[in-house]
Amino acid sequence: MAAISAPERPAAPDRSPWRGFRSGIWQKEIDVRDFIQQNYTPYEGEASFLQPATARTRGIWDKLQALFVEERRKGILDVSQIPASITAYAPGYIDREKEIIVGLQTDAPLKRGIMPNGGFRLVVNALKAYKYEPDPKVVEIFTKYRKTHNDAVFDAYPADVRLCRSSHILTGLPDAYGRGRIIGDYRRVALYGVARLIKAKEEEHGALDAQPSSDAIIRDREELSEQIRALRELLEMAKSYGFDLSQPAASGREAVQWLYFGYLAGVKEQNGAAMSLGRTSTFLDIYLERDIAAGVLSEEQAQEIIDDFVIKLRIVRFLRTPEYDELFAGDPTWVTESIGGMGEDGRTLVTKTSFRFLQTLYNLGPAPEPNLTIWYSPRLPDAFRRFTAKVAIDTSSIQFESDETMRRAWGDDGAIACCVSPMMLGKQMQFFGARANVAKCLLYAINGGRDELSGKQIAPAFPPVQGDILDFDDVLDRFERMMDWLAGVYVSAMNVIHYMHDKYAYERLEMALHDYAPLRTMAFGMAGLSVVADSLSAIKYARVRVVRDATGLVTDYQIEGDFPKFGNNDNRVDQLASWTVSTFMGKLRKYPTYRNALHTQSILTITSNVVYGKGTGNTPDGRRKGEPFAPGANPMHGRDSHGIHAAAASVAKIPYRDAQDGISLTVSLVPSGLGRADAERVTNLTSILDAYFGVTGYHMNVNVLNRETLLDAMDHPEKYPNLTIRVSGYAVNFVRLTREQQTDVINRTFHGA
Amino acid sequence: MADSTGKQTSLEAKSPFELRVNLGNDVPETDVRTALAQGDMGFMHSFTTGSAVDGPGVRVVGWTSGCMWRCQYCHNPDTWTMRNGIPVSAPQAIQELSKYRHGLKTMSGGVTISGGEPLMQRRFTIKVLTGAKAMGIHTAIETNGFLGAELSDADLDNIDLVLLGLKAWGERHRALTGRDNAPTLELARRLAARRLPVWVRFVLVPGLTDDADEIAQIADFAAGLGNVERVDVLPFHQMGRFKWQALGIRYPLEHAEPPSNEAVERACGMFRARGLLTH
Repeated sequence: MAAISAPERPAAPDRSPWRGFRSGIWQKEIDVRDFIQQNYTPYEGEASFLQPATARTRGIWDKLQALFVEERRKGILDVSQIPASITAYAPGYIDREKEIIVGLQTDAPLKRGIMPNGGFRLVVNALKAYKYEPDPKVVEIFTKYRKTHNDAVFDAYPADVRLCRSSHILTGLPDAYGRGRIIGDYRRVALYGVARLIKAKEEEHGALDAQPSSDAIIRDREELSEQIRALRELLEMAKSYGFDLSQPAASGREAVQWLYFGYLAGVKEQNGAAMSLGRTSTFLDIYLERDIAAGVLSEEQAQEIIDDFVIKLRIVRFLRTPEYDELFAGDPTWVTESIGGMGEDGRTLVTKTSFRFLQTLYNLGPAPEPNLTIWYSPRLPDAFRRFTAKVAIDTSSIQFESDETMRRAWGDDGAIACCVSPMMLGKQMQFFGARANVAKCLLYAINGGRDELSGKQIAPAFPPVQGDILDFDDVLDRFERMMDWLAGVYVSAMNVIHYMHDKYAYERLEMALHDYAPLRTMAFGMAGLSVVADSLSAIKYARVRVVRDATGLVTDYQIEGDFPKFGNNDNRVDQLASWTVSTFMGKLRKYPTYRNALHTQSILTITSNVVYGKGTGNTPDGRRKGEPFAPGANPMHGRDSHGIHAAAASVAKIPYRDAQDGISLTVSLVPSGLGRADAERVTNLTSILDAYFGVTGYHMNVNVLNRETLLDAMDHPEKYPNLTIRVSGYAVNFVRLTREQQTDVINRTFHGA
Repeated sequence: MADSTGKQTSLEAKSPFELRVNLGNDVPETDVRTALAQGDMGFMHSFTTGSAVDGPGVRVVGWTSGCMWRCQYCHNPDTWTMRNGIPVSAPQAIQELSKYRHGLKTMSGGVTISGGEPLMQRRFTIKVLTGAKAMGIHTAIETNGFLGAELSDADLDNIDLVLLGLKAWGERHRALTGRDNAPTLELARRLAARRLPVWVRFVLVPGLTDDADEIAQIADFAAGLGNVERVDVLPFHQMGRFKWQALGIRYPLEHAEPPSNEAVERACGMFRARGLLTH
């Protein structure tokens, strides 16, 4: 065949951002998932390609070490009292010449901004706690002219919500601070550039012109305008660092930079309880691999970009009160990154960059943030599964969640917000709602709505239990009625909170990186599940005698005989746990939610199990007043006496359909109990993960360490500056826990000891 | 479960590591004798799941009570007396095991019956392992081998792996355990002839079992068998000291120290030098 060829001419190098990408719907619509599916390269090989940190990376990281020491000593390193916004601060650097990815929350590393929109009281308390005098001008603005979310919520709270808050049956509600747990799809910034995103939002706004101006439509129009404004500010902020974000990213380094600027704009403005990153590694891999294939990027450089990015994620800081830190231990930000998983089409979503993210735990050492979360399936490639197990054994810094369960529920482009909350990226958000203390609820049921510690009537009065021996059916009936009351108050509180949060502290940048009208969930939670299950079991299978004080208040319990305990794979009690979860969920669903959000629930406490326990009296399972609850869905400490397989089996029975916001299990394994040689330990931990996630296990935090190490770290914190452990849903620096929390961790069951 | 007296006894344990005494005292002597003869009931110290150090993969391990030896380094002297354990019916043990059958397969594990000395309750042990095998679960026993002659060939058909304690050599064996090791070696040879896989377990105690010549003799014997898949050199530890004290028995190793890492490596090296996979 005769070919007509143009004369040879050296072509100008193609610098168009989408060069070499396979086309798809993603070019016509905002559809990051489609872009990934069309363009990513699954990686099924070994970890041997990974590169260590370069001298440059170590230099930057070392520079921060000195600041960390100073920060730990002072509580916070520094604070700016300019109220935060995307554009409030001049550019900041760690080492301007050497940084590959740039951008800080304020104008200097670890310097915290104030974010009063969530609540000004919290800002003032935090400033005072760290010996800063609040700037009078700012005080005037936020007490005289500008109302905050916190003020507004208390304007609208009904009396029963206030009572429940002060008696600690509902706690941790995001009514004084940012709610968080909203993940902007930051990948959109890199893939499309901000100009295109603004245009799409303008179209969404325009489409509402034809709609009658109802409450809902007025709110939507105003929110879209705020989103557009936030995107414009994002452009301005990036410009101050010398970048034009209006166009898509054109290289691997730019993709990371663009994406990070998107995230940075979020954390510059919002002090959310959890400010998670999403699921970025496989998306970024497409860009890095394109550069590597073109010969313009080496593996060492690719790792350097990721290392530098992760350094930035490790230094996200918020100004919070010491009480908040006491509740949640250390200085958590929940920069959660979801890694791995399988695609709908059966290909793995693991790429080389999934490995590169995990490699940062070796290159920079173990750390709690970012909260690296493996979407685990027994179908993941062998080499990746083994590598994640190895990282868990070496660092105790990562967590595992069921890819199978979450993909079935939410598809293959979801991410975890905070600890265990799954959501479709850019298409779903949640109204975060902390948790209700169901153990206290059971005590209220026994005491006719009086608080077991204060004796005050909190729930509407109904007759307390009669007689000296608790009758199972009688208690169960009362408990159900009490849960019904609590659910009503809880939904009411949440509706007020999120109505006001949308109004006064709207996450305009994060929501700008969502589709219009995303799926909203309202995420309730419970604490004290295993205490309740064991208490009901004691009442059913042993004899529980009540002890009353002079006012007739039941304050203690005497147990005669033995009873099955949650965590031993015994259906007699495991069913009571599942019943409690499903029943409470059913009660919650009865009450309508703000913006018709979908009711969900998590079984997660983070470290607040200690504080919840502190505020709860003696329970019928024999737990003493003030003793910590077990974290999340864990069995009570020391009562799971038949090993990890049995304990995990009990937790795996909790039905996901009634706890769609996640079910948290934290396990501690002794290294020598996992096998006699390193390779054997990796194999055995992989097996344990395969077994748990091969059935209905949802989440597993894995610690591999000796109790002796922790005891030594309590006495000699200076020897263990980087000792990281998983608590419930995230990781913490062990030496930054309070003494009480440290003791709680040490008292937990160590499997294989 | 219902034992022969009809009383409900729970398998519930507070911890597998706790001291267990007199839990089976209520069972009448005649019932004990029937149980031993038929194996419908056994006495268990405890069981655990998720063990990665008692055979291949991640396993369920059940510890029977009752042992005829009095090893100086025993870390569970409460398992010497059979009636310290909890009476458990064989069907109940099998039922409990069945809860884990899928997970055990995923984890390339199985069930290991240890003790005490599981062959003290040979019929019960074999009944449980037969039930396990019928469910497709890999089966192992950990034994000192002293009662090996009582195992029939049919019994051995239900055992996939034997974790065999070779504790010492010659005169030392009698001093350490109170018994002669000839029956143990006899069982080892019989297993070798049947090509039934064996993992040798050897506890290293400084000053007691660390004589190089004696270890060499054990290693030579193990290497000569041909069916030893692996050797576990177990460093002596003092986690059982409190039990000796609580039981009021004189503990000859009261002040013994665990071996150094170098000593453990040296011992491992001697087995490895003879071609044995050793950890």
